[in-house]
Formats: sequence, C-alpha cells, structure tokens
Amino acid sequence: MAIETPRVALAGNPNCGKTALFNALTGGRQKVGNYPGVTVERKEGTLVMPSGRVLSILDLPGTYSLDASSPDELITRDVILGLQPTERQPEILVAVADATNLERNLGLVLELKALGKRVVLALNMMDLAEKRGIELDLQALARELGVPIVPTVAVRGQGIAELIRSVEESAKAAESAEAAAAPGAWKKPSVAEIRARFAEVDRILKLVIRKPPKPALWTERIDSVVLHPLWGSLLLVGILIVMFQAIFTWAAAPAELIEAGVAWLGDSVGRGMADGPLRSLIVDGAIAGVGSVLVFLPQILLLFLFILLLEDSGYMARAAFLMDRLMSRVGLHGRAFIPLLSSYACAVPGIMATRTISNRRDRLTTILIAPLTTCSARLPVYSLLIAAFIPNTALFGPIRLQGVVMFGLYLFGIVATLVMALVLRQSVFRGPKSPLLMELPSYKWPSVRNIVLGLLERAKLFLRRAGTVILLLSVVLWFLAAYPKPRAGDPVDAAHPAITYSYAGRIGRAIEPALRPLGFDWRISVALIPGFAAREVMVSALATVYSIEGDEEAATGALTDRLAKDWSLPVALSLLTWYVLACQCLSTLAVTRRETNSWRWPAVMLLYMTALAYVGSFATYRLALWLGLH
Amino acid sequence: MMTPIVKLGELGRGHGGRIISIGGQVAGAIDAAGEGQDDLAQRLMEMGLLEGCDVQVVHEAPFGGDPIAIRVRGALVALRRSEANQIVVDTGKKGA
Repeated sequence: MAIETPRVALAGNPNCGKTALFNALTGGRQKVGNYPGVTVERKEGTLVMPSGRVLSILDLPGTYSLDASSPDELITRDVILGLQPTERQPEILVAVADATNLERNLGLVLELKALGKRVVLALNMMDLAEKRGIELDLQALARELGVPIVPTVAVRGQGIAELIRSVEESAKAAESAEAAAAPGAWKKPSVAEIRARFAEVDRILKLVIRKPPKPALWTERIDSVVLHPLWGSLLLVGILIVMFQAIFTWAAAPAELIEAGVAWLGDSVGRGMADGPLRSLIVDGAIAGVGSVLVFLPQILLLFLFILLLEDSGYMARAAFLMDRLMSRVGLHGRAFIPLLSSYACAVPGIMATRTISNRRDRLTTILIAPLTTCSARLPVYSLLIAAFIPNTALFGPIRLQGVVMFGLYLFGIVATLVMALVLRQSVFRGPKSPLLMELPSYKWPSVRNIVLGLLERAKLFLRRAGTVILLLSVVLWFLAAYPKPRAGDPVDAAHPAITYSYAGRIGRAIEPALRPLGFDWRISVALIPGFAAREVMVSALATVYSIEGDEEAATGALTDRLAKDWSLPVALSLLTWYVLACQCLSTLAVTRRETNSWRWPAVMLLYMTALAYVGSFATYRLALWLGLH
Repeated sequence: MMTPIVKLGELGRGHGGRIISIGGQVAGAIDAAGEGQDDLAQRLMEMGLLEGCDVQVVHEAPFGGDPIAIRVRGALVALRRSEANQIVVDTGKKGA
C-alpha cells in the first residue's frame, strides 16, 4: 500500500493550551470518540500540509509526567510509548509548553525527548509571556534541548504555519531515517531521576531566560477576590444563581421560536396529508415527540456555554478549590465538583469527566451520585409542571415564585446528592481521602473558537439523541398508545378514552397499583415507561398520550393547561420528587457500565435511585395531602 | 521564637520558605529505591516541587483555611494542608 499518513501526537501539561493548539491545527476537521475500554476522550484530526500531504493529529490528555496516576495519564503514556494496542504509535511528538511557566513545563519536554522520538516544541501562550516581560533566548533553548522550537499563540492562530512547517520537516526526516524510530524504553523514574530532570531544567533556563517573568499581576488581582474566603464564596454562589436564572429566562425566546416552528411543521405536514394512521404517526408521533424535546436545545446549549466559559477562563479549578472543604465533608474530592457541575447539563459527560479523579473510591462515589444532580433532561418536566401548577407571582423585584420553586428543586437535588455521597463514603466506599493536588491556571480570555467547537459538539450529541433514540421511542409510544383501536361495541367517552383500550393503557393500568400510593394515575404510569429510557421523553410521552385522545389544546402544545386541569397539586409534587430522585436514563446507565467496566455499578445505581424515588415520592404525596394542598 | 524549620501545611497565608525535604526525604540524601516512594511525594515532585524551591502560601480556602494555594516554580498549586505537610520548609531562607 501507499505510505501511511504520518501521525503526530500533542502532549503537554494540563492548562498549556494544548486543545486550543489542536483546534488551530485541525479546525473543524476532528473526530471525537473514546479509547476502547476506558472512557478517555480521544480527539483526532487531520491537517493538510502546504505540500498537500495529510497528517493525522492526536490530542493526548494533559499530564505532568509519563509516570501516570489517572486513566487519562495512562492513555497519554501508552499512546506515546506505542503500548496502546488500538493506536498506532505516533512518529512525531509535538510537545506543548506554556511559555509563561517553563520552569515546570520543560520537565515533561525533557522526559519526552529522552524517549528518543522526534519532538517539536510548541512554545505556546507567547503573547502572555511577552506581556509578562519574559525575554527568552530561543536559539539557546533549541540548542540545549536539541529540538526545533516554534513560538505560538494558539488561540489567535499565530505561529501555526511555522509549526506545520517544522512538523513537516520532522515528518520527512522521520521517513528518511526509519531506523531512528525505534520505540524508546521507559521506566518509572526514581526520585533521584526526577530531581536530576528538574536540575537540568534549571540549568537550561539559566542559559535561556534573559529576563524572568513579572508576576501574573492580573491573575493575582483577580484571585485576591475570587479566592477570598468571603467574596470568593459569594461570587461562586452568584455565578451559580446567574447560571440558573439565565437558563430559565434567556432560553425562553429561542425555545418559543422552536416550539412555533414545530407546531407550524406539524400543521403544514398534517394539512398536506389525508387523515389516517400515517398522518397520525408522523404528526402525533414523530413531529410532536421530537419537537417537544427539541425545545430544550437552547437551555442545554446555554448551560454548556457557562460550563465551557468557566472551564476555558481558568475559573473551574478555583471553584474546585473553594468547594473542596465542603465536598470533603461528605467524603468527596474537590475535583468531583467539576464532574458534578457538568452533570447539571447532563450526567453522561459528567460521569465521563470523573476520569480526572484518580482514586477509585472517589471516582465510583462521584459516578453513582452524578445522576442525582439536576440534569437538563429534567428541565422539560420541571418546566412543564411548574408552569402548570405554580402561579408566577412576583415575590420581590425580578424574583418570581416559579423561579424560586425551580431553585428549590435544584437545591433538593444538591441535598440528595450530598447525603448519598456521605452514605456511600460511610458504607460501600469507606477509606482514606485521596489528595486534592491540582494546579490553578492563570486566567485567560476564553477562546471563541474553543467555545464554539465545544458547543457544536454538544449540540450534535443532543440532536443525534433526539433524532434517534427519542424519535424511535416517540414512534414506539405512539404505536402503543394508538393500537389496538377500541372495538365496535366498546364505549368511548370521557371516562373511557380510546387510549384505555391500547397497549399503553393496558401497561399503564397494570403498573398503576404499584404507583398508586405515589398518586400516579395510569396516564402518568404510561408516560413513565418511555421516561425510563430518557427523562425528557416523559414530556413528549404525555403530549402523545393526550393528543391521541384528540385534545386540540395538547396538540398545539398547551399541555400545561391540560395537566393543570387533570392533576392535583400533590400529584404534581410527587412526580417532581420522582424526577429529582429517579434514575431514568439509559444513556447514564450505559456510560456507567462503560466507565466502570462492570454491570454491577449501573445495577446498583438503578436500584438505589428507584428505591429513593419511590420513598421520596410517597412521602411527598402523603405530606402534601396531609397539608391539604390541592 | 518558633523554629524556622516547619511543615508547609502549618504556615498561614503570606508565609513561606525554601523546601528542604519532601515526603520525609532530606535533600542530598541518597534514596535507595524510587519504586517504594510515597505516591503523593512523587506526584508533588513531578509537578516540580523539589528541594531548594521557594514556596509561599498565597491563598486559604473558606471554611477553615483548608485547602491552601501555594506559589511554587511560577505556578499556583492547590493542595490540602495534610498534603502540604509532606513538604518541610525552612522559613528562615526566603528567596526574593
């Protein structure tokens, strides 16, 4: 066959701007997936060089050294050493170093170089280095390290062309000298070797640094507020409140637009078709089902926007620092804060983000409680029920009762999460705490490109889900709810709507006795069935159940009014409690299976959360009845 | 007066010194085997926290001043006080 595409891997310390460099090199031409067996994100892209040749570029997880302690770092080491069975060993390593912190970043560069592979050093964040007055003798650095050096500003695309040229030269050299590509041996370094490595760094830097960096003044100034025990805590609470308020209010206008668009589509498709099962399938099943989920895309994107901004700016690690004490009270690691916060968007990426927690007990605890956080898939159900049952009374200023109830539901989720963490750490995962140890990166302006690429990825994931799983479930549910039709002699009236005779009605009635103590009638029971696959499907399930009954209002999206008429407040509160606590997401269970490499933990997750939800809903329903709410 | 040799985890905000040992190891002493080393000490070292470096406690977290953030090798590193106690510093020697 023809010559294989040369492979380049990017390696560097955490926070060195490696991902920004990867984005700058590959643009949109990237594939995001996972390494088999572990859920470490694998990012590969392609780069067309000026000569027309194509390079494959692999973005490796950040690490301080090849001596791995987390699954991420293991992947980095194994790929570089050619020990990862599914991955071709890269011919060229682009070592990415933060130019403002060579004292530490060069440690890994020396370790990579010692492997005997071809290394090109990208000296990233040169703009920040210049701003801080660093003067470097790059020629001396290249000479001492014995590798080509390219200064870059990845977020602005500066130095990328030069880097590509340098990589191309290395690629040519790698081809002509194939013998040199023998895999370098690596052995866990002894303490003495680590000392020697950093002594070498210090020796080189003495020759290279003409002017040392001034302290990162802005970062220090910002940190004097952000990390202040009082102001920092208030700021964190403030950021979280703004986040939730924004998700609820800013997303309203685009959500209405999507809603109107879906209604229009349903109308025009419906008008163009003859009345019959096919029209019903497309309009009531597919369009109504997917449409009612699509409405929540703005909220999901908004939440991910906040998370990406916090991450990219350098705030996320500070939040972990501020939260560590509280988190460790319930036995969690400060780093668990980031996966748990991500779980507010979706537990699936949240659970995937736990891979940065190296301790197994910490990690399993975080995975098991992640689905208790209020993920965005719960929002559709919360929004629907709040709009139907909670009056939007103004309390004071812009604060309204509906917002407060929404906040209360989030708070309930937080309390449940923390209590469960404590219970797990006191029982199943008893053991000593693992270290916090992490770097707090310098602040920087989030890069528009990074944010946009990140959001596009989330949108794609969500839409793919809406387009496949949810479409399928909508159609299945539509079928279950529409067939079989009532027979000729069956009474069809308000007390016996047509759906009573369908499969869905039968299933709903069959499980109703078990859910009766929670106040759930057969309609809710029916909607809970597809809701077990994915929470947000509950809304489209209810829409399907009601629109099948021929209710015009439901068909036009005013499900809210219908529910307010049909259900009592205790029922709504009970269902809300169910949604706070129950594990109704196949994707979460699937990702837990993949992350833990065992069916045991998803089973534990499903069982404990269902038990919790049943008890919680029962208590809520009884309490609400006792209080005389209606 | 307090002895100038203290554990890093015992220092308050604004205080610091020069690292003289990590994980119970004294600078200059020959370590027999790298394999048996305490994992935390090794990770601290991989991040560049080594004997002879100047460190300073620059931030204390809310709710009891733990964890702390230290400045070392031009970077800001967060760790708990119990972890910082692996590091012994000489507060008498303070780099500029």
